[in-house]
Amino acid sequence: MTGLRIDGLGFSYGAKRALENVSFEVEQGAFCALLGPNGAGKSTLFALLTRLFTTREGRISVAGHDIASNPRQALARIGVVFQQQTLDLDLSVRRNLRYFAALHGLAGRAAEMRIEAALERMAMRERADELARDLNGGHRRRTEIARALVHQPAVLLLDEPTVGLDAEARRAITTHVHDLCAGDGLTALWATHLTDEVWPEDRLVILHRGCVLADGITREIAGQEGLTERFLSLTGAPA
Amino acid sequence: MRPLLIALAAIVTREALRFARQRSRFVSALVRPLVWLVVFAAGFRAALGLSIIPPYQTYITYETYIVPGLCGMILLFNGMQSSLSLVYDREMGSMRLLLTSPLPRWWLLFAKILAGTAVSVLQCYAFLGIAAAMGIKMPVMGYFYVLPALILGGVMLGALGVALSSFISQMENFAGVMNFVIFPTFFMSTALYPLWRMAESSMLLRDICAVNPFSHAVELIRFALYGQFNGMALLWTALASLVFLALALWGYDPGRGLMQRRG
Repeated sequence: MTGLRIDGLGFSYGAKRALENVSFEVEQGAFCALLGPNGAGKSTLFALLTRLFTTREGRISVAGHDIASNPRQALARIGVVFQQQTLDLDLSVRRNLRYFAALHGLAGRAAEMRIEAALERMAMRERADELARDLNGGHRRRTEIARALVHQPAVLLLDEPTVGLDAEARRAITTHVHDLCAGDGLTALWATHLTDEVWPEDRLVILHRGCVLADGITREIAGQEGLTERFLSLTGAPA
Repeated sequence: MRPLLIALAAIVTREALRFARQRSRFVSALVRPLVWLVVFAAGFRAALGLSIIPPYQTYITYETYIVPGLCGMILLFNGMQSSLSLVYDREMGSMRLLLTSPLPRWWLLFAKILAGTAVSVLQCYAFLGIAAAMGIKMPVMGYFYVLPALILGGVMLGALGVALSSFISQMENFAGVMNFVIFPTFFMSTALYPLWRMAESSMLLRDICAVNPFSHAVELIRFALYGQFNGMALLWTALASLVFLALALWGYDPGRGLMQRRG
């Protein structure tokens, strides 16, 4: 079954083309890295996937729901972690999750159980009553991922979720999300410009200047030269 | 229906919590109309005579006249303040979080407006309480009747704020809102002077005041405070609310709205 399907997607900001005929599919339970240098169109793609923008060029389907014709069903199946930090710092971890659950129409016991489960999955239960302000960057990110899991989405979208984190926190978050895919059948689309966050068995889509340059299994795309070299040679960026 | 109410309750609670944390915001929102009431009205009382006009049945002091207008001022400033916080929310990303909810977008925006209105209405009551303590009292039942009028006025101005926020691309542009929205809206209305007073100086000004929806919100509040119903004011305020709500929704439409223009 397909978790996420993008077909012939195009988008322009006025005269400037941001995405050109972008197509790829991510199977359910797969971790797919969306690798691209800054300005490749990753954030535009995320804005289209979360319906902050809409386009007439191409289609997006989330767990079988077309985002143009069934936006609410599609959005209900998506969990998002934005590049910017979007926690309410003056609320506790649990209250942040509760607010988000309510935005999805969940409250009461059902919501509490899901919140506990999401916190458990991200190993954040013991910090649930701390203020978001008192958490370090890594734990704030984990809180945001836990929040994105509360409504039990089929697809998790993460837009450069490790920005501003130290090496250890980056590795921990990357490992956590890989585990979610392997253990719970969650589909993840992980946008990044850092090649070391991509594992050899991951699905990989390389985006450059709005176009898909490569699509496949990381190990195969990387070949003998290694992913970093391959990425730099494909995107023409200086090594 | 239940998911919609859950989201509404959460959005209102969040706004209330945020407001409770910002005591200075509460104080400054109260100080502004009180300064007008104490300083401005005292100076004007001598200069401005008021005739008996509905809903008043006797001569009134100028302080009494401007109390409803100052309630309108609280609603107006708060509506614009929530517009500012929406621009801030958008820059900080929490607006994105709201807009990726699977609930209908019109409902989410409406809930945001209602949340702001709840805070405004509380401030209006605090202001009316202080005014009463200073001796500017309304009929007791007026304090009950005024509630729906304050809510409708708050929704109208809150919707205007949300609509404006979708056209303001950056926080810095907010000064423009002060100059081009708040001041003209307030001064060219019946908040400070009755229409016939305006007519004495300029018929054009009087006409502008008469069509300004803010005037109608103020009159709705004024009549309600005296237990009277002003159908025309209600009609205008409700109509303007619908127009501003439609504009707000259009502004945040993913197909054409601000999110797209900004990239």
